[in-house]
Amino acid sequence: MTSASDAQTDRSVLPITERYTLIGWLRRNLFSDAFNSILTLVALVFLFFVARNLLRWAFATAEWGVIPANFNLIMRGQYPATEAWRLWLVIYLLGAVVGVTWRLISGQFSGVARLLLTIPFFLMLIPFFSMGTRLNLFITAVASAAGYYIEGYLPIQRRGRAAVYFILAYLVIMLLLLRGFGADDGPMPPVSPILWGGLLLSLLLAFFGITLSFPLGVALALGRQSHLPAIRVMSVIYIEFIRGVPLISLLFMGQVMLQLFLPDGFPLVDRVLRALVAITLFSAAYTAENVRGGLQSIPRGQYEAAQALGLSAYQSTINIILPQALRAVIPVLVGQFISLFKDTTLVALVGIFDLLGIARTILANPDWLGTHQEVYAIIAVLFWIFSYSMSYASRRLERRLGVGVR
Amino acid sequence: MSENETAGEIIICQDVCKWFGDFQALKDCSLRVKAQEVVVIIGPSGSGKSTFIRCINRLEEHQAGDIIVDGIPLTRDVRNIEQIRSETGMVFQQFNLFPHLTVLENITLAPIQVRKMKKEEAQDTAMSLLNRVGIPEQADKHPGQLSGGQQQRVAIARSLAMSPKIMLFDEPTSALDPEMIKEVLDVMQELAESGMTMLVVTHEMGFAREVADRIVFMDAGEIVEVGTPEHFFTNAQHDRTKLFLSQIL
Repeated sequence: MTSASDAQTDRSVLPITERYTLIGWLRRNLFSDAFNSILTLVALVFLFFVARNLLRWAFATAEWGVIPANFNLIMRGQYPATEAWRLWLVIYLLGAVVGVTWRLISGQFSGVARLLLTIPFFLMLIPFFSMGTRLNLFITAVASAAGYYIEGYLPIQRRGRAAVYFILAYLVIMLLLLRGFGADDGPMPPVSPILWGGLLLSLLLAFFGITLSFPLGVALALGRQSHLPAIRVMSVIYIEFIRGVPLISLLFMGQVMLQLFLPDGFPLVDRVLRALVAITLFSAAYTAENVRGGLQSIPRGQYEAAQALGLSAYQSTINIILPQALRAVIPVLVGQFISLFKDTTLVALVGIFDLLGIARTILANPDWLGTHQEVYAIIAVLFWIFSYSMSYASRRLERRLGVGVR
Repeated sequence: MSENETAGEIIICQDVCKWFGDFQALKDCSLRVKAQEVVVIIGPSGSGKSTFIRCINRLEEHQAGDIIVDGIPLTRDVRNIEQIRSETGMVFQQFNLFPHLTVLENITLAPIQVRKMKKEEAQDTAMSLLNRVGIPEQADKHPGQLSGGQQQRVAIARSLAMSPKIMLFDEPTSALDPEMIKEVLDVMQELAESGMTMLVVTHEMGFAREVADRIVFMDAGEIVEVGTPEHFFTNAQHDRTKLFLSQIL
């Protein structure tokens, strides 16, 4: 960091022949003295061997055939192939949601959004995809563009509200499509969550884990600051209990004990939902502690100004305190949500077939014995893509919200 | 209640006491302020000036004595507290604007939330208030983009948006660079001339002399002396007052 900025300041004073040349840059940054030169050479030799072996493995040794052969399994687990169109419909609509959101915040977000729109086209290049898959990806891109243009026809002051309604409607439709309804031989037969799997399930667990634990966590953080002793004590006990227990043990408790806590006659909660409850309760406690940090960063003067204006405690919390507190903790919260996404892999240990669970079933298949390296590498890449996207989006969001910060 | 109003007294403080732990910050402070009166409170730091005016809108809770604002007794009753707060504007030393909202949103928030005013109406009021304090062109900026003097004027406009009957000023110019003090004092003077009841804690003796109807001198948690500006600057009675004035003038 410092060397980069030093180099930049150097540039303005260096003679013109020294500026912007590769040799000059190398000399300043990598070969500035004998010791640095040796370090550079050693590192280069090391990197050469690592890269050579990695590439040799990736292009010569690895048997990538395991991935195309199990691609559907990796993407959607045991979700029936005859109902796969419902998943595509969910993805089309997701494309439309992205388009609508892009229009809503274009300007600040347009670079990212353009990138998002190109994703389906890049995916279409993947060699082993069938023409049907490519067509579906193309429709997704069309849906994105349609969402973008339709949102554009709305008057500007209506766009925000329209987008929120659309996203809420999307969540409901998504669940209906995934879960199905009506008779088993009807147009949309129910698909039990037990059959959901692979990337689909990992993303759903993470998404609902995040969206459900967030409000609960904020409520707990506020509860912990409450003047009412009962609420404060209950919040503290909850947070400290959950934070003192590993997620895996909560997952097992969810599987074997959740039904005991529910009233008699409550319908049997399926395995996946039990895991989701455990993940949500776990994540909420951490969200609460992170949000509490944000609440403590708000100066007392903000509370006093709100009080002096006659705002009630509720009004000042919603309008003054929370917006500032949450903005302050966006990086921490996103970090926590990324680790929540990765932690969903623990559900593989309680017999749920998320990405990691599916990887284990593929490897247990006699046809694909010994393909651990390939399968785990692909799982890691998939996780990395989504985790990195989250962290990238959060950096953009921070920058966008940075306007007017003290 | 009617008795107070006929007397025209909008703030009545009787034997107000306040402790922070063992330390007594206010000792039997009594003060009556008439409607449209401008009262300036001066005194050395730590003398309880700020604590005193912060008791009036219950940012601090007094432990003994009575405070009655516009006929409403200040008790633990939340409804009374909220009513008094919505009739009493306050301007702080550190401005305390809401940094995540624009200037316009800072001003319209309380009228919309507390007075249930329509957004358009609140914005019209806010713009006319920004005109009054002289910075209508800053409406869409965030507070962090304004100078200290501009921020304090926004803070005054924000309080005025609630159409308060009383304005409390807690050292409004103490955090400002010298060249910005005047622009804030000018707004306050204009406000005083318009007939606002004002209670001002300040170290600006020029302002006190020119604008105040009465000056209150506090020291060590007590109201030592109350009088007109002439009385104060020419004929102060107490030694403590004389000492303080000799130190700052």
